[in-house]
Amino acid sequence: MSAGPPVTPTLIAFDNVSRFYGEVLGVNRVSLSIPPGVTSLVGPNGSGKTTLMNLMSGLLQPTDGKIEVLGISPGNPERLCKILGYCAQFDAFPKGLTGYKFIYSYLAVHGMSHAECDERTRAALEMVGLTGAADRHVGAYSKGMRQRVKLAQAIAHDPKVIVLDEPLNGLDPMARAEAIALFQQWGAQGRHVIVSSHILHEVDRISDQVILLSQGYVVAEGQIQGVRSEVKDQPMQILVRCDRPSVLAARLFQQDHIVEAIIQGDGRNLLLRTKDADSFYLLLNRVILETGLEVESVAPADDDVNSVYQYLIGAEGGSV
Amino acid sequence: MNSLWMRQMAGVMRLELKRTAFSRRGWWIYCLAAGPVFISLLHWLVESQRHSTSHTVGEDSVIFAGMFLLFFLRGSLFFGCMGIFSNLFRGEMQEKTLHYYFLTPIRREFLVAGKYAAGLTVSLMLFVPSTALTFLLLGRHFGPAWTDYLVHGPGLSQLGSYVLVTALACVGYGAVFLVCGQITRNPMIAAAVVWVWEGINPFLPSLLKKVSVVFYLKSLCPVEVPVPPPFSIMAVETDPAAAWVAVPGLLAVALILLVYAAVSARQGEISYGE
Repeated sequence: MSAGPPVTPTLIAFDNVSRFYGEVLGVNRVSLSIPPGVTSLVGPNGSGKTTLMNLMSGLLQPTDGKIEVLGISPGNPERLCKILGYCAQFDAFPKGLTGYKFIYSYLAVHGMSHAECDERTRAALEMVGLTGAADRHVGAYSKGMRQRVKLAQAIAHDPKVIVLDEPLNGLDPMARAEAIALFQQWGAQGRHVIVSSHILHEVDRISDQVILLSQGYVVAEGQIQGVRSEVKDQPMQILVRCDRPSVLAARLFQQDHIVEAIIQGDGRNLLLRTKDADSFYLLLNRVILETGLEVESVAPADDDVNSVYQYLIGAEGGSV
Repeated sequence: MNSLWMRQMAGVMRLELKRTAFSRRGWWIYCLAAGPVFISLLHWLVESQRHSTSHTVGEDSVIFAGMFLLFFLRGSLFFGCMGIFSNLFRGEMQEKTLHYYFLTPIRREFLVAGKYAAGLTVSLMLFVPSTALTFLLLGRHFGPAWTDYLVHGPGLSQLGSYVLVTALACVGYGAVFLVCGQITRNPMIAAAVVWVWEGINPFLPSLLKKVSVVFYLKSLCPVEVPVPPPFSIMAVETDPAAAWVAVPGLLAVALILLVYAAVSARQGEISYGE
């Protein structure tokens, strides 16, 4: 019997993973498959985001279940840490090191030569805009600079999987925008970028997919629009901009699936809530054909992370 | 050994030497190492002024033996090694920086070995010269008689023995405190237990005496120091271990502890108590 073609693992896979801290639940029965791209972990404090990140990077071991990162077990740090970089939440650094030395020293522990360490250190510092501060002690850095040097340290060895725990914390708006652009660039390059963040509108901008966590359980995962459409008990909000919203509203109120329709703003916006988006779109087409309604735009108004978060977690999880 | 592993261990050593050897936090360890040198320097200066003939070279060698046992083995070496080795892991846990190492592709066994080697280098750099200088300065006021004692008498051989015992103490206590720093949240408690255990060694039954570091170290000391009265009544006489038992025995104990430390590191997790 011949073996099948070699499978190139491209997923971060959690198979029924649980982690308890004594009797306290970290995460429970998590099964996930994370494809390349930017994936955001969203959930309130204590929901298990950091635990999940620590599990996939081998800093914690699961109480139960199995994890594979691109086919490598986190119990094998010699292989895993070659392909994984982790920017942890801890704002702590070995004392007495400059930004350059900090990155260089841990690259040396990877076993790289001096020339390679030097080259990669300079490239990483340049990527996060810290070249000018390379020779200053990390202890003298501002919070934003410390965050950036941690990012540089995490990506200096060019990992395929980049795990970032609250990477935008402490960054000013300009640095935030630059960091987000970097994450998107890494995601577009086919890397796995796993980000946890409290800032939902930024998560929305950067994520190819999201994982919503609450009290140690995965509440939802996938592309945000897909997740939103799965939330059946919350009517979809759709914003229609057209020339005669009152005509449309009148037709909509005849339908059972329409919960609410409000004319907003300059009188050309109609915000509606429907339990059946597909039926609404069919109806809209009919109305356009029958009345000659001129529609400028139709867009879902609540398929962002913030809305989905509020629907799925908001009540029980409080604010992020 | 694989050249990648060697480079990785060298990387760990460089980082640890910077952390351990050249840190301001280690000032008290430098004081512990410099203390006996300072005392024998004072002894030399005072005795040189007094031109005292109240004691002999032989008596000074016994004084040194007592000082070595009480001050070095039970004091500066013990606490110095505690300060250096127990902080290799525990210090990083407290400073929340250990995860940086755990996120590098180094075998945890080599991480332990690299850290231990760095700690050993620092402790040897501090305490071997301290022992040697203290010994050399203690009898310096005897002038040519001391030189004669060193060159033609048993001086150099004694010095060699003390240096060997110092080095072995760093090896042994280093391994003990590395493990203490890894498995206990507060190495001070573990150190206190070890210190008391090593302290009551003369009064333990022969079999229990051998479950200690100091028993083997004392066996290798060139000059025997009797337990002073009234404690001598309680002391249990035991034949010292032969050098061929003491040296490999201590190295074997250190190796076993290091293997245990490596296994612990392999299964270790990062939990900073948050």
